[in-house]
Amino acid sequence: MDEMKEKILTVIEKNSKISPHELAIVLGENEEEVAKAVAEMEADETICGYHTIINWDKTNRDRVVALIEVCVTPQRIRGFDHLAERIYNFPEVDSVYLMSGTYDFCIMLEGKTLREVSAFIAEKLSTLESVTSTATHFVLKKYKDHGTVMVHREKGERQPIVP
Amino acid sequence: MRNPLSDKTAALKPSGIRKMFDIVAEMNDPDVVSLGVGEPDFDTPWHIREEGIYSLEKGRTFYTSNAGLMELKVEISNFIKRKSGLTYDPASEIMVTVGGSEAIDIAMRAMLNPGDEVIIPEPCYVSYKPCTILADGVPVIIPLQESNDFKLTEDELLAAITPKTKILVLPFPNNPTGSIMTKEDLEPIARICVEKDIFVISDEIYGALTYQSDHCSIASLPGMWERTVVINGFSKAYAMTGWRLGYACAPALILQQMLKIHQFAIMCAPTTSQYAAIEALRNGDDDVETMRESYNQRRRFLVYTFRKMGLHCFEPFGAFYVFPSIKGLGMTSDQFARELLADEKVAVVPGTAFGESGEGFLRVSYAYSLDELKLATDRIARFVNKVKGERAAGLR
Repeated sequence: MDEMKEKILTVIEKNSKISPHELAIVLGENEEEVAKAVAEMEADETICGYHTIINWDKTNRDRVVALIEVCVTPQRIRGFDHLAERIYNFPEVDSVYLMSGTYDFCIMLEGKTLREVSAFIAEKLSTLESVTSTATHFVLKKYKDHGTVMVHREKGERQPIVP
Repeated sequence: MRNPLSDKTAALKPSGIRKMFDIVAEMNDPDVVSLGVGEPDFDTPWHIREEGIYSLEKGRTFYTSNAGLMELKVEISNFIKRKSGLTYDPASEIMVTVGGSEAIDIAMRAMLNPGDEVIIPEPCYVSYKPCTILADGVPVIIPLQESNDFKLTEDELLAAITPKTKILVLPFPNNPTGSIMTKEDLEPIARICVEKDIFVISDEIYGALTYQSDHCSIASLPGMWERTVVINGFSKAYAMTGWRLGYACAPALILQQMLKIHQFAIMCAPTTSQYAAIEALRNGDDDVETMRESYNQRRRFLVYTFRKMGLHCFEPFGAFYVFPSIKGLGMTSDQFARELLADEKVAVVPGTAFGESGEGFLRVSYAYSLDELKLATDRIARFVNKVKGERAAGLR
């Protein structure tokens, strides 16, 4: 990937709200070329989407975040990928990772009620043929997400004018 | 009662920056956006802070040796070797100071005899002139020109040299202009220093923050190592201003005399800061690079934005300041800064706070988030338009 694209990604990974005009200014590049590079990366799915980091604890919505460890028996020929697909196709699943270590898949469910999570595990996940066991952990508090600290921090104050 | 004051100290003019600070402080208005800060907006990287905390937990709360921890001096020596190719013996040619500022002061005091002249290119950081005077030297000012991108030229230097010239202060990358001196720019300056037997105090505190080419230390040019005091520190590169830690590198002949003053006046730099600084030098390169890239983006934004306002703004390639010209607006820097603050609640520092040759310019710091810069420059643009409108209508 060319250098400009990598620079673009570094900036928009932290600030997806930046306009192509401003992006071009801060990178010292031509605006049209920047817009073209972004469009290309959207098309080839290097850029997969634009999300917002929300601290849901600040809202009234009652929701839990669950992390589920899943052990499976991989299927001959189709391996893990086919199984992963069976799991990530469930809309309630937010992320799926294939892991090294003592279990195979790590699944994250966000923004559900306790009842929804248990229904998903009992009725959908555990009943998949290749799933041999699951272990569910509930997140008690989110401190940091995508590099952003979610708890309030005092910012050190600078003097207004300093030589 | 007799006058308790020293005439020399009493005659020193307070820093021009102080004036602006007082006005802002007096307003005490939370809506004021300041672009007047000469320190990074980043927190010190956590692994460095953590090392400071750890040193306290371990009970490392004693003085260090006067020149600083050997472990730190070795890291400084390695760092300079890696960055500039220069060799300094950690045992006798490197000392750890309380910020770069202390190093400036003790270098002057160690080297000057009464009446010796010190050439200071302005605009520049505020302390060279008073430190010269306090060390009984005579400051000789070179007003740098925007037409030369605020670099020091051969002709300017030659014109300022007299038989009494002893030291040239080289403050690059420069606060407040953001100007840098490349190897090609430094070569003729170095030749003159060797030929005229002049020593150099090279203040390289912003050396890690350059955006076009890597910083070049004049000490690395032929004949210069033996006549240069290199000053650097941790404040700007590692966002460690409050830790108060800098260092000086010089031939032992000079450094040992500086150390003597330091030993009597300071004893040693803060121990906690020294342990944190070891970590900064060992594992901090990536942090510096991340911050540098961020400054670079803001730098481009500010240069673009000031030019869009119709202000002349030369492109600075170092430090974290831009130095736009307001010469077309019929106001002094001081007037502009005061009116801008009153009208739009944006604080910038008038160029004159850094020497008379800063007249007609503003120092605008980009040690702020892009959002803060946007907010502030929108207000500045509104003010500039207002002034232009009033001038067009004959009201100014």
